[in-house]
Amino acid sequence: MKNVGKLFFRTALLLLIAGLILGCFAAASYVWPGFLKSQLGFMAMRPLHVSAVLFWILIGASASVYFGLNQLKPNELKSSLAYTQYALWLIAIVGMFYSYAVGDFGGREYWEFNPIWALPITLAWIIFIIQFLRITLQIKGWPVYMWMWLTGLVFFLFTFLEGYLWTIPYFRNALITDMTIQWKVNGSMVGAWNQIIYGTAMFLMDKISGKENTGKSKLAFAMYFLGFFNLCFNWGHHIYTLPALPYIRQIGYAVSMTEWIFFLRIVWNWKNDLNEIRNHYSYFPYRFLMASNFWVLLNLVLALFMSIPAFNLYSHGTHTTVAHAMGTTIGINTMILMAAAFMFLSSGPSIQSKENKAVNGLFWILQISLLLFWLSLIGSGIHKGLWQMEQNRIPFAEMFEQLKPWFILFFIAGLGITLSLGGLAIHLLGNKRKNTF
Amino acid sequence: MCELELTNKKNKYPMKPIFVFTLICSAFLVYSFSIYLQPVASAKSELPGEGKMVWQKYNCQSCHQLFGLGGYLGPDLTNTYSEAGKGAVFIKAMIEVGTKQMPSFKMDETEMRALLAFLEAMDQTGKSDPRSFTIHANGMISQ
Repeated sequence: MKNVGKLFFRTALLLLIAGLILGCFAAASYVWPGFLKSQLGFMAMRPLHVSAVLFWILIGASASVYFGLNQLKPNELKSSLAYTQYALWLIAIVGMFYSYAVGDFGGREYWEFNPIWALPITLAWIIFIIQFLRITLQIKGWPVYMWMWLTGLVFFLFTFLEGYLWTIPYFRNALITDMTIQWKVNGSMVGAWNQIIYGTAMFLMDKISGKENTGKSKLAFAMYFLGFFNLCFNWGHHIYTLPALPYIRQIGYAVSMTEWIFFLRIVWNWKNDLNEIRNHYSYFPYRFLMASNFWVLLNLVLALFMSIPAFNLYSHGTHTTVAHAMGTTIGINTMILMAAAFMFLSSGPSIQSKENKAVNGLFWILQISLLLFWLSLIGSGIHKGLWQMEQNRIPFAEMFEQLKPWFILFFIAGLGITLSLGGLAIHLLGNKRKNTF
Repeated sequence: MCELELTNKKNKYPMKPIFVFTLICSAFLVYSFSIYLQPVASAKSELPGEGKMVWQKYNCQSCHQLFGLGGYLGPDLTNTYSEAGKGAVFIKAMIEVGTKQMPSFKMDETEMRALLAFLEAMDQTGKSDPRSFTIHANGMISQ
């Protein structure tokens, strides 16, 4: 069959472009209150933006797994399953966008569309798991990235279904348990797609470095299990202030602190990583992977502080948490997916010099814009965090007005991200050359 | 299944990834069910649960928070119901009139009643104000 990964990746890149543009529209509401209020309004623009980028990540991650599977077992992918999955994705995406456009909400935050559209998403994912197991069960001696893909696939399905427990009155009527489950789902689901994307990063590193054994080392497995353990149990740090069962708070805090091990490992490997950067710097997939490493470090530091309940009191409910979410989805997830897109959609290991110049420029505009974007969110988050702890605080609207300079910077930096990342996506979509995958 | 074996140095028994994977999955399921089976803040009637559906139908979560969870464009509404100078009448007026940022919503009486019941029930579950927490030396917080 034709490589379905390419079709998935091109669709994902289109969603990325849509998500970026919609993100600018949603962000405009922070600078110009009531922007397009009578047409779509923030209420519709936010979920439109979130769903588009969410599906960029999900479909991009699926595309990466398809490319990986095709490498591991060439010509074994079942086209009927792949195209059925693709058709179900399309039905879901059209349904969701229609749902938002006509104001037919009803779902939870990040999945606000009419819950009926959860059905094709579930079916598509089940088909994806069947396809994955069909191929991988023939392989002996799984490298760690295959375990990570399996973990991500299974746990995404579990958490996605768990995210609809609210449709049952038993859960919905227990108001705090309902919110606990909602944030258990959000935390673990992000962990699930991170497993797929980090697995892809490991797969790419194996291919770039040519050292196929790194994916089978004890250290790689130890790190995977630690990440998996955090996926399952660290989500309690999202709900420290919620009056949930007390042990959830304690487990969330204790497990989150094990992430210091990831931090120490990055610092320990820093010198080796720098040497590797020098060797592979001109190779774009590698450069995006290194950018993701940098963003892992920044976001990990932020996450570690936010996971300490005493600090969390200041960051919870503020844009600092948005900075973390954006740093993760753009800085880590998107950088790794762009690395995969450059590897799978561009030709060969060397990028031509003409292409190099434009892509190089866009790469650096993206990194600088994202840094400013991230800092503007942290700046407004700290401002609000200090406000919410003041004894005699000014009204919310007044405090929000004071955040305007941060929001202007956030909007301008967002435009920079849109232009650079959108430019890279257009470049990849226009790349017609055959590749080695 | 996997060639790689993580060995336990003490007794030399192999720890294949599938065992560790199964162990973590099992612990996760036990943890999940321990939460499902201990419902916290169950509403006395169906009305607050229906109000939560109204909250979702009008996508209030896009801008507003409950216990600091939700959107960032509007204020946290956890305790607005019992806040001095606010309460049910204030909430109802805000919904019907809107603001510069927020549109006015055309809810029917049943929806409005359910939504207010939901906000009242949420208000009774606890305080979301971060100032009401005590910070301990180990970094933990309590109310």
